[in-house]
Amino acid sequence: MDFEEAEAKELLRQAGIPVPPGEACRDAEAAAAAAGRLGRCAVKAQVPSGKRGKAGGIRLVNDPQEARAAAKAILGMAIGGYRVERVLVEKCADIAQELYVAVVNDVATRGPMVLFSRSGGMDVEEMADRIVRIPVDIGKGFQTDPELDEDIGGFVKRLYDLYVQTDAELLEVNPLVRLKGGGLLALDCKLTVDDASLFRQPGLAGKGAREKMTELERRGRELGLKYIELPGNVGVLANGAGLTMTTMDVIEHCGGKPANFLEIGGDAYTKAEGALGLVLANPRVKSIIINFCGAFARTDVMAGGVVEAWQKLKPSLPVFFSVHGTGEDEAVALIRQKLGMDPFDRMEDAVRAAVEAAK
Amino acid sequence: MIVRKGDRVVVQGMTGRQGSFWTEKMLGYGTRVVGGVNPKRAGELHGGVPVFASVREAAAKTGGVDVSVMFIPPAAALAAAEDAIGAGVKLLVVLTEHIPSRDVMRMHALAGAAGCRIVGPNTAGLVTPGEAFVGIMPAFNPRIFRPGNVGVISRSGSLGTLICLNLLDAGRGQSAFIGIGGDPMLGTTVADALHALEKDEKTNAIVLVGEIGGSMEEDAAATIKAMRKPVVSFIAGRASPPGKKMGHAGAIVMGNRGSYASKRSALESAGVRVVDTPAAVSEALRL
Repeated sequence: MDFEEAEAKELLRQAGIPVPPGEACRDAEAAAAAAGRLGRCAVKAQVPSGKRGKAGGIRLVNDPQEARAAAKAILGMAIGGYRVERVLVEKCADIAQELYVAVVNDVATRGPMVLFSRSGGMDVEEMADRIVRIPVDIGKGFQTDPELDEDIGGFVKRLYDLYVQTDAELLEVNPLVRLKGGGLLALDCKLTVDDASLFRQPGLAGKGAREKMTELERRGRELGLKYIELPGNVGVLANGAGLTMTTMDVIEHCGGKPANFLEIGGDAYTKAEGALGLVLANPRVKSIIINFCGAFARTDVMAGGVVEAWQKLKPSLPVFFSVHGTGEDEAVALIRQKLGMDPFDRMEDAVRAAVEAAK
Repeated sequence: MIVRKGDRVVVQGMTGRQGSFWTEKMLGYGTRVVGGVNPKRAGELHGGVPVFASVREAAAKTGGVDVSVMFIPPAAALAAAEDAIGAGVKLLVVLTEHIPSRDVMRMHALAGAAGCRIVGPNTAGLVTPGEAFVGIMPAFNPRIFRPGNVGVISRSGSLGTLICLNLLDAGRGQSAFIGIGGDPMLGTTVADALHALEKDEKTNAIVLVGEIGGSMEEDAAATIKAMRKPVVSFIAGRASPPGKKMGHAGAIVMGNRGSYASKRSALESAGVRVVDTPAAVSEALRL
């Protein structure tokens, strides 16, 4: 779950990490009033997306009039697919040096990694070769490193502790600035919290940024299903992430386009009934491929859910089954008996039939 | 990480619904399950298997444990792994999906320090046809698994199952199935599994079932170049849009990182025959 700058900075502030004084504002008048209190300011679009500056979402202002005009221009902009609904009005700092620091979950070392660079303020990709990587022993926590100046070591220690405390997978300060008058300040901040940890982060769960989601994707989430809407017309219901992606791949291989990703693997294999309803709710769907290959997920249980949903919803669309693995015999018998349909023996044949039927 | 008939296996969370179901299947297949763990039911017999309070106790009372497999919910997974690693298991099979990343990293650090290999998290397990299986794979289904000489590596259980089914349709059995898992931070990588199959005497060809996200397939290219055995690969996710987690937490393309094209070209440049559909795998093995 991503956090917008304003929320991330509030967490920094609470952790004793210096951030500029600022106020999040929903309208131009509030922004003008904030600038009146703060003086020379930056007016910054709040969206969970990078490259805000390049998109014109960050402006420097000298007084309340300029702040009002800047906020008017920025509010309502679309940046990275998000409509700007708030701006952060923040007091400008006297910058002597811009640095970069982040703590991330590192896949290669399977542990936390501190990233540091003496040239901050730009895209991470642009400075990749200037980043120092400092692996952290998760058992001991962050110990300062000879690469880092003493004050920066102390800053990183507090940042690392916040990263641990929030179950972050990424906590990035870019730029971290050294002020002309001395001292460090986190000028921008990006926080992504591990979705799998939200159950033990009740204070954070409600504060995450908006997510780009369609109405059907929202319904999928409410049902506890991983549903992603796609532009095609062949509806997909499969179990397991790998098999579901593969079903989409084979649809394209056969000249069709998938209408969705939807998998009911893992513990969700008992949710076939709701899942089929979701596939059918997309008006673009012209045919459906139901592809089950049971390992942990029992195909007889999944087929039972599909049959129940089918009998309730009575859809008129053509559906094609491929069913293999755990519970296969019972599943095939159920589909034959209750729906009068014969699952295909080969998955590719079932997919091809679904693609043809959607044309 | 190739499970053998004589390996002494303990099942953590054995008395739960899934633990019971799959323990019965493992026993039926010939896996040597020496005990289960549930602190509340220690001292009982469950499905004929003794229940212990911890893996440590199981190891002490059964004369040692080689492998532990966890049927444990995400919030309790780290403590269960600590128990198994502390008990000295050499192989820990973590089936659990959605374990907090911080706990996964701690698990890997503990295992690394103790010389324990973790398979997973979010793996469907390990199958050695004709010998034993550990996890949640339909090893007992003779349409899917039979002894043979093809080693299969898969991030996904369901897709791995389909590939094994296709292999058998083409008359090819398996020497070993290694489910490495769908998480981003895995204890056993594609390269680790390739090394094990290259050394395995029963294996003479390898099918690598990859998927988009991360860089494990790319990282394995150097390993494959140095291997004697042929590798055929199917990579799932060609039709998946970038920037979205495709079910598995690890299956996400960021920019060009983790993309289908990047994996395919890395594997092909290492001499791997990459096929477009699961059905084309067995054909490619014949060439």
